[in-house]
Amino acid sequence: MNEPGIVIVGGGMAAARACINLRANDYLGSIILVSEENLLPYDRPPLSKASIVDAAAHEPVLLLDESIVASLNVDVRLGQQVTAINRSEKTISLNDGSKIPYSKLLIATGAKPRKLNCPGGEFALTLRDHKDTVLLREKFQPHKKITVIGGGFIGLELASSASKLGCHVTLIEAQPRILMRGVPEPIAKIVHDRHLAAGVTMIIGTGISHLTENAVHLTDGRVIAADTIIAGIGAAPETKLAADAGLAIENGIACNAQMQTSDPDIYAAGDCASFPHELMGGKRLRLEAWRSAQEQAATAAANMLGGAKTHNNIPWFWSDQFDLSLQIAGSAELGPNTITRVPAEGALVLFHLADDGSIKGASGIGIGNAIGRDIKVAEMLVAKNAKPSPEILADPTQQLKTLLKA
Amino acid sequence: MTQWIEACAKDDVAQEDVKRFDHAGHTYAIYRSPDDKFYATDGLCTHEKIHLADGLVMDHIIECPKHNGRFDYTTGAAKGAPVCVNLKTYPTKVEGIKVFINIA
Repeated sequence: MNEPGIVIVGGGMAAARACINLRANDYLGSIILVSEENLLPYDRPPLSKASIVDAAAHEPVLLLDESIVASLNVDVRLGQQVTAINRSEKTISLNDGSKIPYSKLLIATGAKPRKLNCPGGEFALTLRDHKDTVLLREKFQPHKKITVIGGGFIGLELASSASKLGCHVTLIEAQPRILMRGVPEPIAKIVHDRHLAAGVTMIIGTGISHLTENAVHLTDGRVIAADTIIAGIGAAPETKLAADAGLAIENGIACNAQMQTSDPDIYAAGDCASFPHELMGGKRLRLEAWRSAQEQAATAAANMLGGAKTHNNIPWFWSDQFDLSLQIAGSAELGPNTITRVPAEGALVLFHLADDGSIKGASGIGIGNAIGRDIKVAEMLVAKNAKPSPEILADPTQQLKTLLKA
Repeated sequence: MTQWIEACAKDDVAQEDVKRFDHAGHTYAIYRSPDDKFYATDGLCTHEKIHLADGLVMDHIIECPKHNGRFDYTTGAAKGAPVCVNLKTYPTKVEGIKVFINIA
């Protein structure tokens, strides 16, 4: 019998990148990828945007297509559920009763949308995978009433997509404003105003009492009629397998900075994993972000092969709504002092500086790619723990890049 | 066959920077390297067709402003996730103050 190889549980970005990185690191042993979905790993960001709005982009964008799977020599088991991790014998159990042995295991099970727990919560659709997108696409017909519960990224992106397709869209957020988590208020305001300008009805600071099949009942007594109700109220990490196997859990599968779980032969990466980040104040982070999933998979892959790579990539994410693109690098929370830059008309970049003058993050928004360059430089400054000149940061006539050489 | 097209003036592109150039329905990116040489590539990222001229040039690397795909603009080589398809490159020449690219 062959030596047990590396087994990956999950079928998203982290799982796909782990396969690529293992081979890029010259690993020659077996790789078995077990995914509960019936599709090869595909890119998820388009699911709320292009895959709904753009008829030419309806098919999933495969991260590992057949030819890549063959060239990487990955044994892909689709439509299979892992029912248990048996740590003492280093195997996983599948729902068909079979077992797969592993030398190292990577858990990349992602996160699943939270369900509304109010009465009638089952009437709200959620978005996680491609088949959810196919269903939403059918619902987003012109003039249909679409009500989105939740003013986070998924909710706002779906509101934007539905609005672009000519639906009558209402967005409901219980908090005092949209994007409360991690997005500074001035940037959230630009997003809010853009939705209003597009005709989206924004109901902010009002909770949900209950749902019926075709209406959302608010706590203030208002009733919002809806052909389709969607909940975008956050996601919970998929930790059940890990928890059942006795692995430490702390807002996700608790890893060290090497993406290794409390079992030295088991690693985790992506939305399901939490880890301490030394450049982000040593705080334990769990990131639901596309690039972070790739980077964590790269860290885990290197370390599963005997490396000692510490994960300290600066968190970065983006969102596209209407013609606006938002990007955030690092942490706004860790930098209470804000420096404002206006790099172009209608664009805004905020730099987040700590009291000692070091930059901890940057948040930007603008039409198209107006702020990509500035956010990138800011990310590099955060990684260097730099203390950039506030005057240069604030002055759009000055190239930020010069700060990198300081 | 050669087809040299005037793309821009030398001073239109700062050192270690990039400029967009559109010609005959096609978009290009013109780079000026830190050692003051000019290079040209297709203007759109091979990942999601984003204008690379909005991106950041660092040494010989252009990074896409959208999802951080990287290319070596001197060779067009894709430098890692999420890009895997290389960029097409074009020869350049400088005559006086003008920069030309060969698009044939």
